Amino acid sequence: MTEIMPGLALQKVDERIMTLNVGPQHPGSGHMRIVVQIDGDYIVACDPDPGYVHRGEEKMAEYRNYITNIPHLERPVIHDSCNVLYPYVLGVEELLGIEVPERAKYIRVIASELNRCIYIMYWLAIYGIFLGHSTMFMWPAGDREFLIDLMEKMTGARVTHAHFIPGGVRNDLPPNFEDVCLRQVNYFEKRIKEYAAVFYDNPILISRTANTGVLSRQDAIRLGTTGSVLRASGVDYDLRVKEPYDVYDELDIHTNVMKEGDAYARSRIPWLDMMESCNIIRQALQKMPKSGSVRTKLKPNPKTKGAATVYKRVESGRGSLGCYIVSDGKVEPYRLKLSVPSFRNLIALPYLLKGEKLGNMPSVYWSLNYWPVEADR
Amino acid sequence: MMSTETASAEVKSEGKPTPAKKPTPAKKPEEKPIELPEFEKGLSDKITEKFGDKVEVAFVKEDRVRINVGSENVHDVAEFIRDEMNFDHVESVSGVDFPQDKEIEVVYHIGSYSDSSLSRQVLVLATRTQREENPIPGKDATKLPTLRDIFYSVEFHEREIFEMFGVFFEGHPDNRRLLLPEDWADLPPLRKDFDTRGR
Repeated sequence: MTEIMPGLALQKVDERIMTLNVGPQHPGSGHMRIVVQIDGDYIVACDPDPGYVHRGEEKMAEYRNYITNIPHLERPVIHDSCNVLYPYVLGVEELLGIEVPERAKYIRVIASELNRCIYIMYWLAIYGIFLGHSTMFMWPAGDREFLIDLMEKMTGARVTHAHFIPGGVRNDLPPNFEDVCLRQVNYFEKRIKEYAAVFYDNPILISRTANTGVLSRQDAIRLGTTGSVLRASGVDYDLRVKEPYDVYDELDIHTNVMKEGDAYARSRIPWLDMMESCNIIRQALQKMPKSGSVRTKLKPNPKTKGAATVYKRVESGRGSLGCYIVSDGKVEPYRLKLSVPSFRNLIALPYLLKGEKLGNMPSVYWSLNYWPVEADR
Repeated sequence: MMSTETASAEVKSEGKPTPAKKPTPAKKPEEKPIELPEFEKGLSDKITEKFGDKVEVAFVKEDRVRINVGSENVHDVAEFIRDEMNFDHVESVSGVDFPQDKEIEVVYHIGSYSDSSLSRQVLVLATRTQREENPIPGKDATKLPTLRDIFYSVEFHEREIFEMFGVFFEGHPDNRRLLLPEDWADLPPLRKDFDTRGR
């Protein structure tokens, strides 16, 4: 008798319990399957099954040199592409011993904060439509365009920028960028503040998200969650403050923390983060050197001096994003590992859904700030 | 980069006389022992004090300490790190394949949320296991004890290592596939002998 592959075998369950496959094509799951077992309307067990968009980024990185790795490594989250590249670029700089010009550091901070807002707006749009609030789909999707236009001015591409390189950024800012950026960001901030009235103070949203999927502080720490999930459970941890990289230590950053740990807190933290990002961008625009070099010239096919390892992490739109590079002195990395926040937060999903109503599944699932493509890499 | 490299060499070869047959002794401006970061040195000392020569301190850099440990002691060391040193979660678990050593390395990056003095620190705990030429994942000698009972957060990470490298974690409650398709019948794909070219 042939052995049944693990994962294909059907579990024998109780008469009352029904197994339900949500996804991987369901609009309420993204590119991911969630196997839930329900008793009536209540979820008794949940088994997330990611991997439908696994593209082997880590394997691909072993065949490309440190520069040609840049465009494909940002693919896991194209909306947050600068932040995905950031730890890789910082790691390669440490491995190769490259100094980054001051102006480039500020440009990177501005780009990564703009990207954070772009990502969160996309996430928020989907959160809105998950909960049947189509205005909250249209508004963020529209307002996001202001920032995408800015990124297009800065990098030449709307979403996949490939702008960060070891040694700085690819190009200097276009003329007059600072003024346009300030104006757009101010308008953007005014605009997202209006979301409170239509979404965050909306009693329907509150009734659907408050006290659902509560993650306590101890469990948030024990499960190793990160980013908005962690901060919504009352842990004050933001890498931009705790382990500042580039010029984040010269900027005044406030960490948004909420104590409730429910789906409402998890959906509110990213929104507060966007306002903080606007603050950071304004500070960075003010402190940025007005002129100067933006990249250190590299030799073609740079390689490290002998074997070395490096682990760098940054705060992305979803949380701490780490990159572990093992180098053996060749032009390609020997091994590259992306430790992505979506994958780390996924472990909280079965934990939070147990005992929850099936109708609350989308609000809890998407409040984890989960991006399936990133988790699968 | 260079400075930290020398610093780590300092730790390992303490007390050894410098060999006289160095090819270029002429230029070496900073021959003095480079000071290791104090706080991080304290962390590594705590572990070496307890475990002695069962552990090897690979490097002590700013915010990063790396400990290499044999597979028979990794469970004890991880327990000590959690209970006595306040590290509370694992950020990342990476496998690295070394075909020339016939070994597969598993690297845990451990951080702390609850202790604010450790919030910058990442403790790197690395261990190695035997590598099989013709792997039968789960049924060969490529095995390690799981750390899931110590750090709950490694659950999905260890599942990923199992399917990508064939390292079976003994004691892990759930060793199913995670990212790969259920009917994957090839080599574990992140091993070095799995070549993507020509496939």
